[in-house]
Amino acid sequence: MTNTYTTTAKALHWLIALLIFCMIPLGFVMTDMDFSPEKLQYYSWHKWAGVSVFLLSLIRLVWRVLNPPPELPEQMNQRLKFLAHMGHYALYMLCFIIPVSGWLMSSAKGVQTVWFGVLPIPDLLVKDKALGAQLAELHETLNWILVATITVHIIAALKHQFIDKDNLLTRILPKPSFFK
Amino acid sequence: MTKHFSSVFKSTSSVAAIFFLTSSVFFNSSQATEYKSVVSEKSTIGFSYKQMGVGSDGQFKKFTAQISFDPVKPQGAKASFDIDVATIDIGSDQGNDEVQGKGWFNVKAFPRATFVATQIKSTNTNQFEVTGNLTIKGQTKEIKFPMKYVQQSNMGLFTGSLTIHRVDFAIGEGSWSKFDVVANEVQINFNVTAQAVK
Repeated sequence: MTNTYTTTAKALHWLIALLIFCMIPLGFVMTDMDFSPEKLQYYSWHKWAGVSVFLLSLIRLVWRVLNPPPELPEQMNQRLKFLAHMGHYALYMLCFIIPVSGWLMSSAKGVQTVWFGVLPIPDLLVKDKALGAQLAELHETLNWILVATITVHIIAALKHQFIDKDNLLTRILPKPSFFK
Repeated sequence: MTKHFSSVFKSTSSVAAIFFLTSSVFFNSSQATEYKSVVSEKSTIGFSYKQMGVGSDGQFKKFTAQISFDPVKPQGAKASFDIDVATIDIGSDQGNDEVQGKGWFNVKAFPRATFVATQIKSTNTNQFEVTGNLTIKGQTKEIKFPMKYVQQSNMGLFTGSLTIHRVDFAIGEGSWSKFDVVANEVQINFNVTAQAVK
């Protein structure tokens, strides 16, 4: 019984993490920007990243089902284990729901999402200004929930590492040989 | 019997001839209909363009038109359009504010865009080629485009589209003058309904 995630699972975790760390600030910056070519460019990049997060999360979920993650440490009590599972469940859910809410918002606002400017994602909603504004609110709220969940996720990881000292963090970090 | 048959035949053919005559007169008179007043609520002038590879569209909500068009005498036709540029709608408030500004349409200095046809030629049944002068932002260019005509009871439907280059009219200057975000090609789509005057 291995005690770490597979290399694929690790790669997907960090790739998605990197995308999220870039695109959440980008999302807040671009919406506050004055109208400019850069603004339109950032919107497109944000959408491309969003579609990418969705697809990578899908691959990640399939991989997870085929390659179950390592067990949580035995010394964790049932309540903490439950909370940890709920936290991970929430992160996965948000990785799916947030891109979908963004895509629906784009669709309602009448700007189709075209992945990397090449692959058009069909518009599911017809243009509707009011609905677009509501979906924008939803998209933002969900992102704040994601920010909060990620914060808890990081704090929990650091707690395991520095307070519980159970070395849990190494399960998701690249092999030590990776840094040599 | 033969005589009777031939007289029936004669009368049938004369009925047919009368029918043919009247019908041709009828069709002629209907085709001689002249369209003179544009029904604005059934007419649109829109455009589509690409933004970061994404097809987007917009329209001008208000315009007036003076036309005089007889499908059988297109050479005598007249058509002029006067567009209220400030009524541009590209789908978002922020976008609408932007395109009214100096770099785009500069609505304050150039509130109107116009098109005046100089020649309309018939190319096929109910198809025409229109030549005319398009003026946007003070710049005039001669354009040529195909137009389709469909008659619907006492209404005439005129539709068509043409591609212009925004650089020709200095639409999108400064930071917008590169075509990597907003493409140079803009397709204008028109759908004009005009009422027949007999």
